[in-house]
Amino acid sequence: MTVAAPEPKANMGNPAPRYDAVVKVTGRATYASDMPLASPAYAFLVTSAIAKGRVESFDLADANRVRGVIDIVTHEKGPKLKELKLYSNGGYAGTTIQPLKSAEIAHDGQIIAVVIAETYEAAREAANRVTVSYTAVVPSATFDSPGTTTAAAKGQNSQFKEDPQVGNFAKAFEDAEVKLTASYDTPTQHHNPMELFSTSCAWIGDNLVIYEPSQYVYGLKNGVAEQLGIDADKVRVVNPYVGGGFGSRGSMTPRTAIIAAIARRLNRPIKLVPTRDQGFTIATYRAETRHEIKLGASRDGKLVALRHEGAEVSSRPDAYCVGGTKTTTRLYACPNVDSLVSIVRADRNTPGFMRSPPEVPYLFALESAMDELAVKLKMDPVELRRINDTTNEPIGGKPYTSRSLMACFDEAAKAFGWSQRSPEPKSMADGDWLIGYGCAATCYPTQMGPSAARVRLQRDGRTRVEIAGHEIGTGAYTIIAQTAAERLGVPLEKVAVFVGDSELPPAPVAGGSNSTASTCSAVMMVCDQIRQRLFKAMMPNQSLTDRAKETVGIGQTPATRAAKSDRSLDLEKAFDALGAGVVEEYGEWKPEDAPLDSFQAMHSGHVRLVGGHSLKDKIAYAFGAEFVEVRVNRFTHEIRAPRLVGAFAAGRIMNPRTARSQLMGGLIWGMSSALLEATEIDERTARYVNDNFADYLVPVNADVPGVEVILLSEQDDHINPAGAKGLGELANVGTNAAVCNAIYHATGQRIRKLPVRLENIEV
Amino acid sequence: MRSFLYQRATDPGMAVQALSAAAAANNPLTQAAAQPLAGGTTLIDLMKLDVMRPAAIVDINPLARGWSGIETGGEKLRLGALAKMSDVAAHADIQRHYPVIANSLRLAASAQLRNMATLGGNVMQRTRCSYFRDTSYDNCNKRIPGSGCAAMDGVNRMHAVLGTSDQCIATYPGDFAQALIALDATVEITGKSGTRSMPFAQLHKAPGNTPDIETTLQPGELISAFSIPRRWPRSVYLKARDRQSYEFALSSAAIALDVQDGMIRDARVALGGVATVPWRAREAESLLKGQKFDDGLARRAADAAFADAKGRQHNSFKISLGKRLVARALQQASTMEV
Repeated sequence: MTVAAPEPKANMGNPAPRYDAVVKVTGRATYASDMPLASPAYAFLVTSAIAKGRVESFDLADANRVRGVIDIVTHEKGPKLKELKLYSNGGYAGTTIQPLKSAEIAHDGQIIAVVIAETYEAAREAANRVTVSYTAVVPSATFDSPGTTTAAAKGQNSQFKEDPQVGNFAKAFEDAEVKLTASYDTPTQHHNPMELFSTSCAWIGDNLVIYEPSQYVYGLKNGVAEQLGIDADKVRVVNPYVGGGFGSRGSMTPRTAIIAAIARRLNRPIKLVPTRDQGFTIATYRAETRHEIKLGASRDGKLVALRHEGAEVSSRPDAYCVGGTKTTTRLYACPNVDSLVSIVRADRNTPGFMRSPPEVPYLFALESAMDELAVKLKMDPVELRRINDTTNEPIGGKPYTSRSLMACFDEAAKAFGWSQRSPEPKSMADGDWLIGYGCAATCYPTQMGPSAARVRLQRDGRTRVEIAGHEIGTGAYTIIAQTAAERLGVPLEKVAVFVGDSELPPAPVAGGSNSTASTCSAVMMVCDQIRQRLFKAMMPNQSLTDRAKETVGIGQTPATRAAKSDRSLDLEKAFDALGAGVVEEYGEWKPEDAPLDSFQAMHSGHVRLVGGHSLKDKIAYAFGAEFVEVRVNRFTHEIRAPRLVGAFAAGRIMNPRTARSQLMGGLIWGMSSALLEATEIDERTARYVNDNFADYLVPVNADVPGVEVILLSEQDDHINPAGAKGLGELANVGTNAAVCNAIYHATGQRIRKLPVRLENIEV
Repeated sequence: MRSFLYQRATDPGMAVQALSAAAAANNPLTQAAAQPLAGGTTLIDLMKLDVMRPAAIVDINPLARGWSGIETGGEKLRLGALAKMSDVAAHADIQRHYPVIANSLRLAASAQLRNMATLGGNVMQRTRCSYFRDTSYDNCNKRIPGSGCAAMDGVNRMHAVLGTSDQCIATYPGDFAQALIALDATVEITGKSGTRSMPFAQLHKAPGNTPDIETTLQPGELISAFSIPRRWPRSVYLKARDRQSYEFALSSAAIALDVQDGMIRDARVALGGVATVPWRAREAESLLKGQKFDDGLARRAADAAFADAKGRQHNSFKISLGKRLVARALQQASTMEV
């Protein structure tokens, strides 16, 4: 593995070092719980030990005796909060289950009391001394548990609009020369971002400041205001750095308004740092899913029929659903397609987005099935993909804006040494280890959302970019700075970027891999406004608008093309002509096909992403190909993945260094997801058992000796002004299947249930 | 974590006195009001989790001057109880003459933990049973005697198949202890009436009807050293686990063989990750003794080691895994260069 940043190829930005590298490495980056508060009180949560039933009583005597305890808030004197609406129903919340509202308990680990004390230690000790009497009801834990209910997703989740279908699947499958039917399972998983789900709240008069790791400061600000019944302009959310998100911080969790309300009642800032295990139940997670895939093909490998049926677990009140059939039914050319997604309701906390929400479980199923089909056809799995590659998605016939799937397969295959693979299973070995090579396609929709930005340029070139984007570890600061520097022709080190603050111009949720496309498109547009003003000042007699257009390429022209014909400004002359020391511009950008209410929604914290298959007359996805070498020990059946190779094409690569880092992390997570990560549920009690980092395994360095990321050049002028496809969630999509396909090659054993552990191997 | 008194013991007598003063005769040691603190890698964890609630902590790190020696000369290896895992694992003589010790330590925990953790603390490490470590479960016989066992029919993939009782199936989690068993180690214990020694194999107690009593240590007693005879040139430690590092064993085997002219004169087979205590598989040993080594013998010995194993819903795989691991470890021990 090389540590140097990749050299940029065509249509790639510079691999500039990270804007926040030094503060992070030296520990000076201030995360939410690092923010100084004046004389704060500390909160510690008490969470339920049952998943269903009610709290009969609390014995707080012992807890109240702990020195430093200020208050213990239970439902008996819980904060008065307004009803919640789920984000998918026009609200802000990731769950409508409201703790401390009543004695009712709807899931394991629900917040049932909040201890407030002078110190964290006192709050924790008192929380440990709270005794709770419950009346427990037997809960329904998961699939197949008695008491669950199942219904089609369509109609109960407003974001799940269709079960894609085309042609006549039943007949085509019936008539197909080669058929495959297979079922696949994926487990419950938790994001476990390194930074815990902390919240600090401080009131200054009627104004509330919230320090909380959030992937959507505008959503959180508006959501908390709504719950508290106050003006959203009085709420400010600040988080200049977020220690990982992965989707867990995209929607509002119940804790924030509770802490805010208690802080107001006590008239004192409050800091909450929940524990790792509490993070499993007070936020969202990826629920377990089940799939049945039916593939029909001609003997030469052409798909003639494809059906994908998925089922997902959600909570009793909320119909959360990822519904990845929108992607799996469109990935390959196939004239007859059918699909169905169902939701199974159990006594669980409401699941939510988790890195590459629909694609991860759904592509695991499809890409495993493609490998199985290749085996049936006695065909190289790469060639099977090539035969079924397409320029238009099969459901609506819309063209892909660009699609480098097979180029990625070819590049990755070459780097991996795919040609060295002997196709027979169990045919490669090294000492005690059976060796398997496997591959899979990966893809992720290209999404964009309305975004605003404010940019200030000074005569000396110093530039300030303000945008309520989010630095969740991805490199947002860096590429926003690069975008402004490039667009204004100023040195990178003169650009200061401010994100993670709801007082700044709104940006979308940092989710769905839209941030780069959205924020950079907005920043580019606003930089162009500045340039226009300056050019206008310098050339007052020319046809101004035309001149400016020609020079700076405003509108939907992609960055790269504009850059080619662009002239740099003589800043000092331009400022002299303008007669000003500073130019400041604010602007609001929205993508093509954005809904009419986009800007209004943007300011009130509602997400309006467009892209992927939802564009009017085109479909936009980023693609990649992933190759994995697994080794399975003949004696212990231990499974290791010493080599991961991925090639990816995602339009303009803004910064090859941060892009590679994202993709490398994705590949590692993908392997982890296939071999390690699963939240174990005690089916008797519907409780999460391994809710800590010792028992919920993620890879250590020794597990990932070799990870190679290859960035392909790709230019796409049909997606957004930045020309960028989101890639944060691209790399961990195909890995699950690639690992299982490699295990099949190593052992001859097809495993259709994740994660794969040594006891699943029977060699 | 609850408030506690912190004391520092500057000599063994002081430590023993502080610990025995707080120990009530009818309490198991794990629930004694005073607990010794060495590396702290288990105790602090369990206190934060509210599983252990000592009123006092007796910091014995000042005793390291006398208790952390690594003496490799002569026919015996003597390891001070406060020697760090990392120091022992890196010691050239130990790697050469006692490979099973070096490897069991090297494969345990993470580099950071090995730098902190002591040998004495390591063998006293408590189980990783999720239900034991989470006080929101009311039923754990180890934590609350007589309360039942949530693991028995719960999520028990990591749990034991050997040495279990109908009260407890919690796995002994360590690695080093198996090496000590395999090498016939002696443990030296310092208490009120001075120092006593016993075979290390007698330190841990299987759960039986009292899973809260985990060792034979008496109130106020501390492990001060381990003594290991140098009579096993062939020794191997194998460990199977879910990830490549920093993970507990699903199954491990510490093997010591005395082979002469192809004949096994004597053998030790100790098992980890599969049993409630560091496990000595005597049936396997007696099967090996006096035999000429071959793969069939290794398999029969492995079968014998797990003859009494009882699997439950999620951990039955450990029986077949353990057998394959033992057979492989025996093969490696028999062919190793000495």
